[in-house]
Amino acid sequence: MKNFLKISYLIVLLLTGTYPANSAEKVELLKTDWSFKSLFGKFDRGSLQRGYQVYTEICASCHSMKYVSYRNLAEPGGPEFTEEQVQAIAGNFEVTDGPNGDGEMFIRPAKLSDKFVMPFENVKAAQAANGGAYPPDMSVLAKARSGGVDYIYSVLLGYEDPPSGVILDDGVYYNKYMYGNNIKMAKPLSDDLIKYSDGTVASEEQMAKDVTTFLMWAAEPHLEARHKMGFKAILYLIILTILVYYSMKKIWSRIEPEV
Amino acid sequence: MSEKKPERREFLFTASYAVGAVGVGAVVWPLIDQMNPDASVKALASTEVDISSVQPGKTITVLWRGKPVFIKRRTPEEIEEARAVKMEDLKDPEKDEDRAKNPEWLVMIGVCTHLGCVPLNDKGDYNGWFCPCHGSHYDTSGRIRKGPAPLNMEVPKYEFVNSNTIKIG
Amino acid sequence: MSDQVYVPKSKFGKWFNDRLPLLTLASHLTDYPTPKNLNYWWTFGGILTFCLITQIVTGLTLAMHYIAHADLAFESVEHIMRDVNYGWLIRYIHANGASMFFLAVYIHIFRSLFYGSYKSPREIIWIIGIIIYLLMMASAFMGYVLPWGQMSFWGATVITNLFSAIPLVGEGIVNWLWGGYSVDNPTLTRFFTLHYLLPFLILGLVVLHIWALHIPGNNNPIGIDVKKPSKDTVPFHPYIVIKDVFALLMFIIVFAFFVFYSPNILGHADNYIEANPMVTPTHIVPEWYLLPFYAILRSVPDKLMGVVAMLSAILILAALPWLDTSKIRSAVFRPLYKQFYWILVVDVLILGYVGAMPAEGLYLLIARVATAYYFIHFLIILPILGFKEKTIPLPLSITDPVLGGFPNTKIVKKKESLD
Repeated sequence: MKNFLKISYLIVLLLTGTYPANSAEKVELLKTDWSFKSLFGKFDRGSLQRGYQVYTEICASCHSMKYVSYRNLAEPGGPEFTEEQVQAIAGNFEVTDGPNGDGEMFIRPAKLSDKFVMPFENVKAAQAANGGAYPPDMSVLAKARSGGVDYIYSVLLGYEDPPSGVILDDGVYYNKYMYGNNIKMAKPLSDDLIKYSDGTVASEEQMAKDVTTFLMWAAEPHLEARHKMGFKAILYLIILTILVYYSMKKIWSRIEPEV
Repeated sequence: MSEKKPERREFLFTASYAVGAVGVGAVVWPLIDQMNPDASVKALASTEVDISSVQPGKTITVLWRGKPVFIKRRTPEEIEEARAVKMEDLKDPEKDEDRAKNPEWLVMIGVCTHLGCVPLNDKGDYNGWFCPCHGSHYDTSGRIRKGPAPLNMEVPKYEFVNSNTIKIG
Repeated sequence: MSDQVYVPKSKFGKWFNDRLPLLTLASHLTDYPTPKNLNYWWTFGGILTFCLITQIVTGLTLAMHYIAHADLAFESVEHIMRDVNYGWLIRYIHANGASMFFLAVYIHIFRSLFYGSYKSPREIIWIIGIIIYLLMMASAFMGYVLPWGQMSFWGATVITNLFSAIPLVGEGIVNWLWGGYSVDNPTLTRFFTLHYLLPFLILGLVVLHIWALHIPGNNNPIGIDVKKPSKDTVPFHPYIVIKDVFALLMFIIVFAFFVFYSPNILGHADNYIEANPMVTPTHIVPEWYLLPFYAILRSVPDKLMGVVAMLSAILILAALPWLDTSKIRSAVFRPLYKQFYWILVVDVLILGYVGAMPAEGLYLLIARVATAYYFIHFLIILPILGFKEKTIPLPLSITDPVLGGFPNTKIVKKKESLD
């Protein structure tokens, strides 16, 4: 039994431990204290709301978020804006709907059920407007980069002058944490670039942290529910396992002193 | 020795079974609930309709939650006919005043309460609707008058956003 | 099988059982005499059944929401994750369930290797098991294509291109598999169809696997034949059932940790980027459970021979009952085999590790040595070992102690002649 546990544990360790395999050559990413990382981790509501502000005032001019709907902003486990606030947010955007009775498409203000309006019609338009580089959709970005939120946070804060000898093309910037160190996005954040509506000081680090938290929520909107359910499920399983263990002892004691 | 504590053993097994059953139930629920309307379907619950171009006596049909909704602009005669009906003549007694807050406009889900077909306009013995599937007759208020359907056609939740627009849902 | 004929007690039971002997089957399954010394490594059969059923049930529910179309697949997966009630839970169980399934099947296979469960008279059980394993790999691979992320697309491209190694007809076969000139919508829809089908084939084979097992009965840690029923055996129910349930619960706890607290750790970040036929991810690797074979594939510099080596690495297992010439089943009584066994385990783990690394420099060298050793183990070491190894005397039965600690060659000889 002990032997079995030890070996199983080793196997699980090997599986999970060796897996993010190609990390050796990478630079150490910046770390910050994410509120959602631990077993009981939850999103910081204020950070999510500020993160949405950063996204919508800075990122959204180039980056789409096509799988997220306005209604999500009011749902539990997210930024939890009030329904009226989200109505107002959605009302600022225009979507094409139709065809109407005359067979024509028309423009109307966005509704709660609409997906976030994209800054560009399609990938080609986005590329054309951004020097050939497609600003990736941000819906699942936090899960689509190895390193996850730490990587995104680091890239946002990783702009620096290229080391001597490195010559960059026009419209390419040097970033310490970006794969290959070349990035086509200009440094997006700087101190006091926006004014937070809740009065928080909009330092570069603060904005990077807030918007990354928001991206994590966008990628994993049910994270809080998952953590909560996970705790209950595992607690339940442990109780049942203990009960079954003693039942097993009892049953086997009919023929064997030990299992 | 096993004779000594029979109660504890039984308790142990019963507890294991009971706790196990709770777990099975908890696992089954998500598998069932995933078939319920999802968040995006629920979010589409309201739709706005422009009614400015509907002539008196005409009906338009719009789709709401995948079902047809009849919006009829009734003529004074039709309103009068609906309001003159005695309650005891009705299978599912309901006043026309309760069904159409603004008597000129009748808004109801265009689905026969028998087995879900869409009734035809301006047909049947009561100048309202007639369901071709099994012959249910509805009056000018959409109330069941004859045939196998048990209930009047359902009036959804709706409101007038302004004089030209109805919001259903 | 059990000797006494089962007769239902109730009149209706008898009437029913005469027409469809389900009650006889149930009675056989509950009374099925099982060696009482089975350890926890034997619980993985039950765990695997659980895994298969979990995958089928979650898969069925996912299929109610998934859309098998190149333009919509990625979006429909996001729809499942965001909008469908408990969709995120079901999908994470399904995705991590594949990994847990393979974890369990590898333990199950290596348990057989250690205790010699593949030897006479259990060769057919073993070979059915290998077929199940092959179908599992095919099913898992096609399932991984369905979300239509970057790894889905490029994994499908690379794996289907393996067939282009076949001389003359290779190109034609690949186009046939794709239904076009690249991996595209026709490929996705057929993969979905097959991904839906294969688990049911696996289920059928599992029934055969268990049926074949119930003919000779379970092997056991000592590897001797057990008289059934006897004082060496216990009825399957409740003794083995409760033990299986206990082990299963421990397994589910590990499973739950993955699902609830690190659901994406076994996947690739790149698969959250929608498939793009114009850009290959910089570092393309298969899922962890295919890594050892991927390492073997890449360690051979010739395209055709690489594919042949990879397939041989799996198919060689089917010949194992005849490659292992030793009459003694359990490694407990084979001191030399036991050491080679652990070397093989380490060798496979090394193959898995280098499979995740870039195929260059030192990694490539290690991969080649490990590949060579893998084949040497099965083709040279095992056949020779059977003749050369001096084994430890076997006990007469499970209940009797191990012969007081001195070698009693007479009994061992007698035992061997029985085998």
